[in-house]
Amino acid sequence: MSVRRPARRTRTRTRTRTQLPSTPWLFLAPGLLISAAFGLYPFLSTVAHSFTDARTLTGGRYVGGANYRELIHDAMFWTGLRNSLLYVLGVVPLLVILPLLLALLVRRHIPGIAFFRAAFYTPVVASVVVVGLIWVWLLDDRGLINALLERLGFGRVGFLGDPWLLLLSAMAVTVWKGLGYYMIIYLAALAGVPRELHEACAVDGAGAVRRFVTVTVPAVRPTMALVGALASVNAFKVFSEAYLMAGPTGGPGGEDTTLVMLVRQVGTGLSGRVGYASALSVVVFVLTLGLMLLVLRASRREDGA
Amino acid sequence: MSRSDREERHGERRLPRRQLALRYVLLLAVLALTVGPFLWQLSTSLKGPGEDIYRYPPSLVPHHPTLANYAGVARIVPVWDFALNSLKVATANVLTNCAGAASAGYALARLRFAGRRSALVVFLMAMLVPVESIMIAQFLTMRELRLNDTLLGVVLPGCIGAMNVLLMRNAFAALPYEIEEAAFVDGANAWQRFVRIALPSVRGTLAVVAIFAFMGAWDDFLWPLIVLSDQSKFTLTIGLNFLHGTFADDQRLVAAGTVIAVLPLIVLFACLQRYFFRGVGEGAVKG
Repeated sequence: MSVRRPARRTRTRTRTRTQLPSTPWLFLAPGLLISAAFGLYPFLSTVAHSFTDARTLTGGRYVGGANYRELIHDAMFWTGLRNSLLYVLGVVPLLVILPLLLALLVRRHIPGIAFFRAAFYTPVVASVVVVGLIWVWLLDDRGLINALLERLGFGRVGFLGDPWLLLLSAMAVTVWKGLGYYMIIYLAALAGVPRELHEACAVDGAGAVRRFVTVTVPAVRPTMALVGALASVNAFKVFSEAYLMAGPTGGPGGEDTTLVMLVRQVGTGLSGRVGYASALSVVVFVLTLGLMLLVLRASRREDGA
Repeated sequence: MSRSDREERHGERRLPRRQLALRYVLLLAVLALTVGPFLWQLSTSLKGPGEDIYRYPPSLVPHHPTLANYAGVARIVPVWDFALNSLKVATANVLTNCAGAASAGYALARLRFAGRRSALVVFLMAMLVPVESIMIAQFLTMRELRLNDTLLGVVLPGCIGAMNVLLMRNAFAALPYEIEEAAFVDGANAWQRFVRIALPSVRGTLAVVAIFAFMGAWDDFLWPLIVLSDQSKFTLTIGLNFLHGTFADDQRLVAAGTVIAVLPLIVLFACLQRYFFRGVGEGAVKG
């Protein structure tokens, strides 16, 4: 102790000598500027625009809650909301469970496992456009999957023709693309589960399924909550998969439109209705945040029980 | 691999033969499911016009492999120009993210100053706002700055991701103080300590930020779709979507385009995956 103290005093003195009060702000300036200019400012201006009738090329007047009232009577809004919520319901349970099983599969250090881990991550690395185009080709009426189905005697399925099947196909693509990403998150979490627990359980004669339920699941539950929250937020904001498979307008009659697709469609272009699109954006923001809090809270309650 | 990993490997009991075989069967099945579609796309792109791409049973190996489709796609759309645009955007994104996120993260983790908490809150808030809900306003901001339809406009909004700042902050915060102490005593200023001592110690996290920044920019679709309108400025993703809309009839050409878009990234990832998986693990442990 007595040796350390003088050293510490030197340190404080050094600091006052070498660090100008402006130094930290120089380190922070680029990041803060970008975050403020392209994160917080657009957010505030979105909220402000949502109360105006602004268009792409004109400023717009204050119209109060008119955009929000119009929203409630807009059939496309409800279609978009329905599809975005269905997306969450369809995709999230699979993305919470399947990547965990995958992580358990690649966890052991057996020969070649590094290759499998990297290979399973490939769909994550690929652009969603590439992934979309690959699956459009696979699900085509004359594509590989239909050829196999026909061979097996099921007949062809018009995956991309029917609005419901198209939505399901887009969900399948999202799950397929997301598996590797969440697998990595689980892999990191599994590294923290003590082996002794598993071994004690095995000594007691518990089988693999039993050990999974009594040891693994409780140990990675916080990670499952995190994955659930991330996956729900991403599923709710889905744009690319539906856009690429159904087209810019969300298929015939816009049946496959999602909320974010609607925001882009309404708000861009020369005659874009910026005010209305901003109101839609605010709704997307509020629902995204609400969804995240809901999932995190639900999983915490389970934890306490 | 880290030390704990190696210990774990030694601590593992060997799997019985049958279990090991079952594991490999499952691994190969998942491999077919995850990588198979890419191989099918590659195969389609190599099939010449004389080969029926719809035939059954489907053949994965082209009978007369040809690169004609790659020349074909380049004749229809300037796919190599698109690729160059993507490369510019992705490279810029890597440089700005690494430099900006590291310096901001260093200040948040290692420097003491009034206003540190508020700065942290700004980044946290920026991270919480979904890009999708501010894209229209970002589009208008870009228009005011006269940066619409430019590659700079594509890069700017994501050029220092708040998420990356927080990642770097965590990495710096996990370093023991002794590392910088000696330099402190020698009178090194904050910049010298940052560049010479702290930065080299967080290479793992920096690699993860770089890989994510490159992938994010190369793969991004929604923002370039909004901000770009002139075809000569298109990035690969937007160009491919355009290709798909116009020439969906010839699947071979579309396939060639997608291979051009995905192959560089797969190669890059294959080269860096060792650092990537290690860095992700590092970040998770240090949390």
